[in-house]
Amino acid sequence: MKLTLRVWRQKNADADGAMSTYEVDDISADMSFLEMLDTLNEELILKGEDPVAFDHDCREGICGACSLVINGDAHGPERTTTCQLHMRSFQDGDTIDVEPWRASAFPVVKDLVVDRSAFDRIIQAGGYISAPTGAAPEAHATAVPKPDADFAFEHAECIGCGACVAACPNGAAMLFTSAKINHLNVLPQGAPERETRVLDMVAQMDEEGFGGCTLAGECATACPKGIPLVSITGMNKEWLRAARKSGRR
Amino acid sequence: MTRTVWDSSVGKKAVMAVSGLIMLMYLVVHMFGNLKIFFGSGDFNHYAHWLRTLGEPFLHYEWALWIIRVVLVVAVVAHATAAYQLSRRDIRARPSKYVHKKPRSSYATRTMRWGGIILGLFIVWHILDLTTGTAHPGGFQPGHPYQNVIDTFSTWYGDVIYIVAMLALGLHIRHGFWSAAQTLGAGSRTRDRALKTIADVLALVLTVGFISVPVGVMTGLVS
Repeated sequence: MKLTLRVWRQKNADADGAMSTYEVDDISADMSFLEMLDTLNEELILKGEDPVAFDHDCREGICGACSLVINGDAHGPERTTTCQLHMRSFQDGDTIDVEPWRASAFPVVKDLVVDRSAFDRIIQAGGYISAPTGAAPEAHATAVPKPDADFAFEHAECIGCGACVAACPNGAAMLFTSAKINHLNVLPQGAPERETRVLDMVAQMDEEGFGGCTLAGECATACPKGIPLVSITGMNKEWLRAARKSGRR
Repeated sequence: MTRTVWDSSVGKKAVMAVSGLIMLMYLVVHMFGNLKIFFGSGDFNHYAHWLRTLGEPFLHYEWALWIIRVVLVVAVVAHATAAYQLSRRDIRARPSKYVHKKPRSSYATRTMRWGGIILGLFIVWHILDLTTGTAHPGGFQPGHPYQNVIDTFSTWYGDVIYIVAMLALGLHIRHGFWSAAQTLGAGSRTRDRALKTIADVLALVLTVGFISVPVGVMTGLVS
């Protein structure tokens, strides 16, 4: 396959960026999108140019490190992570636009790499449970109803990649935050911090400068792990419940 | 708790949802009241007068109407202020656009902000036209709403403003009602289709119901 790439190049956080055009040849349809970028970077290095910086780690679709908005879609045309997107999803001769996540809470570090530490601070605000350390407790000690366990697991699938923020027209982190809150709030292990968790994590989300939800639904469409839009509804419900309870105290 | 709600993007959206639902309930009643125009001037003017004597003798003359007006003004102001502040936050959160643009989300979703501004301006004109009579074409006659309505819809601009605003209203309700349910945590996977259907039905019934009045005047059904 022969492709034309238009890639966002930006020297550092303070520099102005622009789209640069590159031609790549001999791309196999079995390559992942990141391997295609590796091919481009090898050529750039041979030519003595600066390779394109992009985030990646496990390349197995489970770590959430890779990003990229490809032809306007977070993680590209397939519902998966960029590392699991294969070049067979494209046609020979295609022109592909590659851009970083766009949100003021995710500033560009270099080229296609953005700083997603705002997500870490949201997690620090309440994405944990209080448990005594030591040996793992007996699994049957705390009974969890099967539907609750399934619900928690569905939300625990979130890998924190930030595609929801990238796809959202408001740069909102509602889907990410709601996945974390729903995951822990439904479980007995998460019960002690049920109210403070949702209030603190939403407050941190606002503090980081993410936008709000207008129910456009772009986040759930982009999510490689299929976190549903109704997850946000669940967070809203938890938040209103916690706000009512905190008012009584 | 008031502070918690207003300072949070989630809480502020809840204020928008509740105020929107209050206005929506009012609009349903308003639309059905409007349809009385098809039963002639006697019925319509009598209904308009009854609105003023509503709640008597417990309430004084026009008090019920003023209570409704105060509630509606509070709802409109809360809705618009929250919308303005949340929109500012949303625009700040996504300062640079993607080079590769894609048409995103539905038409109703994308037009919520502009639609809201159109509706706000419409409310001002509507009150100046048919409540105070300040912007009314021809002599405004207090106590004769039937004739006043016919006067307004006998002008081309009266028809255009009204119909455009009602189409905007339909789109606004279509996305707004369903969104309000999600914001208040009432949505769920099993209820989603029902909520979307109710939103569509409400939008359609209100738009058709309201637009039937100028259409009635234009076709001579109401004269």
